[in-house]
Amino acid sequence: MIRKVTTHINQNEGTIFERSRPGREGYKLAALDVEAADLAAIIDSKYLRDDDLAGLPEVSEVDVVRHFTRISTWNYAVDLGMYPLGSCTMKYNPKLNEKVSRFDGFASAHPYTPDEISQGNLKLMKVLEEALSEITGLAAVSLQPAAGAQGEMTGLMVIRKCLETRGNARKIVLVPDSATGTNPASAAICGYQVKTIKSGANGGVDIENLRQIVNEDVAALMLTNPSTLGMFEENIEEVCRILHDAGGFVYMDGANMNALVGVTRPGDLGVDVIHLNLHKTFSTPHGGGGPGAGPIAVTSELEQFLPFPRILEVSDGKGGKLFRVEYNCPQSVGRVRAFFGNFSVLVRALCYIVSLGPDGLREATETAVLNANYIAHHLQSDYEVGFHGKPLHEVIFSDKRQQKFGVHTIDIAKRLIDYGFHPMTVYFPLIVPGAMMIEPTESEGREELDLFIDAMRSIAREAEETPDLVKSAPHNTRIGRLDEAAAARKPILRWKPASAAAGQS
Amino acid sequence: MAEYPEELHFTKDHEWIRVEGEVGTVGITGFASEQLGDVVHVQLPRVGEKFAAHDTFGEVESVKTFSELYTPVSGEIIEVNEQLADAPELVNTSPYGDGWMAKMKLSDASEIDKLLTSKEYEDFVESQKEE
Repeated sequence: MIRKVTTHINQNEGTIFERSRPGREGYKLAALDVEAADLAAIIDSKYLRDDDLAGLPEVSEVDVVRHFTRISTWNYAVDLGMYPLGSCTMKYNPKLNEKVSRFDGFASAHPYTPDEISQGNLKLMKVLEEALSEITGLAAVSLQPAAGAQGEMTGLMVIRKCLETRGNARKIVLVPDSATGTNPASAAICGYQVKTIKSGANGGVDIENLRQIVNEDVAALMLTNPSTLGMFEENIEEVCRILHDAGGFVYMDGANMNALVGVTRPGDLGVDVIHLNLHKTFSTPHGGGGPGAGPIAVTSELEQFLPFPRILEVSDGKGGKLFRVEYNCPQSVGRVRAFFGNFSVLVRALCYIVSLGPDGLREATETAVLNANYIAHHLQSDYEVGFHGKPLHEVIFSDKRQQKFGVHTIDIAKRLIDYGFHPMTVYFPLIVPGAMMIEPTESEGREELDLFIDAMRSIAREAEETPDLVKSAPHNTRIGRLDEAAAARKPILRWKPASAAAGQS
Repeated sequence: MAEYPEELHFTKDHEWIRVEGEVGTVGITGFASEQLGDVVHVQLPRVGEKFAAHDTFGEVESVKTFSELYTPVSGEIIEVNEQLADAPELVNTSPYGDGWMAKMKLSDASEIDKLLTSKEYEDFVESQKEE
């Protein structure tokens, strides 16, 4: 093989430590123009170390710049190609969001700036709250939670607080087996016993079963809608009624809200609390490019329990309005995040909402659903459909037809890398054995979808004709198939010189 | 190939239990360990914990998925397989032997009669495969 200096796709590169050459330097300090101090005299000896420094890399500036510039291009990103990682909504992050979030007034804002001179930033948050309120059909919003799972936890804290105020916090939170994986943990952290309920034959909640389970011990049901199967919960109004009749609440996990925005509103269906993943549905970066934001929206009954501080719109006494940060919220569950959450993420999300507008948001939802169904339609002749029904924004296949050739989901996913795509989500949701979960989002045009479909069909052919090629994939990468079991069982967490590495078992 | 030792009792959640006197040894079946793939971590209960039948008593994590462990019957944990902490692969290599997970003191021996026999479990697995 030709060893190209720069970007050969197959060529791996050692760590910066392995590039070290004795005596090589990256910089030289100017000659000292003051008297040299005795280090031992100014720093206590217990803070001085002379061990283990030999391993630090000795490299020149250009070594460092080239090494890191090269490996910075090795990542796969949504800016490079389709990222069909189901359940994660890896949609494109518009550059306009980035530009706006860097405006000096947003980027340089300090959270301790007095209200009077932060009116623009407070208004931005208030307008975003109102937009999310309108989109979800719920009365009030807290922007504080910094991630979806924190939104879940905050939402359940709000529910718990309301139940405590009524006199009984109750004991149980119901979580369907098609819910987001973090739901049970959020419920447990809020002091609830988690009860998993099995999906009915149609993939939705089994209404008769639910009727029997729900009683005065049940605090809430956590419903992911659409579920992790990508199916809309058709009985959601009945589900809400059953919970409400027993004095419980419905928490909707909004992780898959990308399939609903502008088309239906959870609040109108009876949902009491929902979290939104701004970093999924509202196009802010995630997956290493975060941070995230997981605001929650609640009914008017629950508003008083939202985290504080809240942003209020009050009269300025001169016939106008101004925004004020309110800390006096006696019923609040308290703070869940410093200041106002991840503010610059909020700027990006509002930018997305405003730049698309109501019709644009609805069209994005429709396109996301159309794209998933386009893939579903074109791949069903080659792959077993994981779950029969009408998928919304994501589609699930399984490896059932490829298994007879000894090819499994993991092999198909690895082979997809050779075709230049990020793999789909694999082995999730757990209720579909060998699941391959594909979510194209609305970002992809038809040409890109066709390329993906061609790749998947080609892999299905290879699985039949040359299964070993698929089972040993990836081939067009810097490193081939990794031993994932060994990596999980005996992880090597830091690089060590060959001599030291050989010395350890 | 999947094995179904005749002296064991099984559940539809793919656990097995071996009864010796009033002590039951619990693990997951060969079929379950094949389905899970390479097991990388097993979370076990503490000795002394008490469980009802069909309670979650632990978790097993593999390269591709994770799954909860359910007690086949009620009882108190009297021993757990410490070896699995360093060698979770035993669940794959010896699901009915060294890959056992916990020993329970049974609180009601009659519960055993409600479990599946080796043959019934094998039929259940076959019916799952065809689905």
